[in-house]
Amino acid sequence: MDLTKPKTNDLAVEVHPGKGDFLIAVGDSIPITLGVIPFGITCGIMGITAGMSPVEIILMSVLVFAGASQFIGITMIGAGVSGWGIIVFTTLLVNLRHLLMGMSLAPYMLKLPLPFQAVLAFILTDESYALTASRTQTDKYSGCYQLGASLPLYIVWILSTVLGVFLGSHIADPLSWGLDFAMPAAFLVLLAPMLVNRSSLIVCLTAAVAAVLGAMYLPGKWYIIISCLVAVLAGGLLEGGKDNGQ
Amino acid sequence: MDNKILFIILSMALVTYLTRVGSLALFRFTGIPVWLNRWLKHVPIAILTALIVPALLLPKGSLDLSLQNPYLPAGIIAAAVAYKTRHIIPTLGLGMLVMLGWRLI
Repeated sequence: MDLTKPKTNDLAVEVHPGKGDFLIAVGDSIPITLGVIPFGITCGIMGITAGMSPVEIILMSVLVFAGASQFIGITMIGAGVSGWGIIVFTTLLVNLRHLLMGMSLAPYMLKLPLPFQAVLAFILTDESYALTASRTQTDKYSGCYQLGASLPLYIVWILSTVLGVFLGSHIADPLSWGLDFAMPAAFLVLLAPMLVNRSSLIVCLTAAVAAVLGAMYLPGKWYIIISCLVAVLAGGLLEGGKDNGQ
Repeated sequence: MDNKILFIILSMALVTYLTRVGSLALFRFTGIPVWLNRWLKHVPIAILTALIVPALLLPKGSLDLSLQNPYLPAGIIAAAVAYKTRHIIPTLGLGMLVMLGWRLI
């Protein structure tokens, strides 16, 4: 397969006729995007508490755009961790899971124009990956859908960080609102239609057990990487005997 | 602005982008190995499950299977509604209702 030619059509990929896909994705992303607001506000509040300037905190949300690693980075800056290497290395470890998501979407994304790939990669998150992967399985991949699933989250992440920075002291713990339930609820809706056969159920159960054990005993976000690898291995080995064509 | 903090932010941005673009950059040059496709198709289910289950069973970072954990009943109801309706509005609505109600009891 020659991946340097973006015009090949052996996978259903639409690049331009996707205005509809963009808007559908924006609609699909609303619940998840709402669920992110309390985290963005918390990020702003944490930054102020850590002694960072408003510009620094907002710049971090604009450039890094990765919730968990920002929380960790801000906490370390606040605690006066002097070695920047530790902060940057921790950020790298926390975000390694993006490699798996990139791998999963690569067969489709590599057919898009290079600048479009670069932009979509910059705003790739757990949430936009979940929406895009689900759409790819139930319908087909579309770059415009991925853009529509990613962009609202990026904008709202920045705006809610700004809100936390400037209103932080007036807002009572935003994480207690219960809005953080929006993320697992939306993911459940995406997951349910994927559980169609025995191997998908086994992958799901394996990932569930491994993720709980990993979250109990491993630091940071390693539980996502480890449980994904274990579950994918289980699913692949299970099917290894019967199909070679997939 | 503190130069050192600015440097940290720029470095964090750089390594984060590397994780996001890394697989694309690699496969752009090597092509996607055929054997990998068989494994990759399971990734969406695995990642979704890994994001959902700890969020419900370890909402505060440690395993909480007690009645004090409102995410548990809310998650069970939401899973059932998601399976039946496959739609976010009833799933999120009923789930949050259960969670808020659970906190009042």
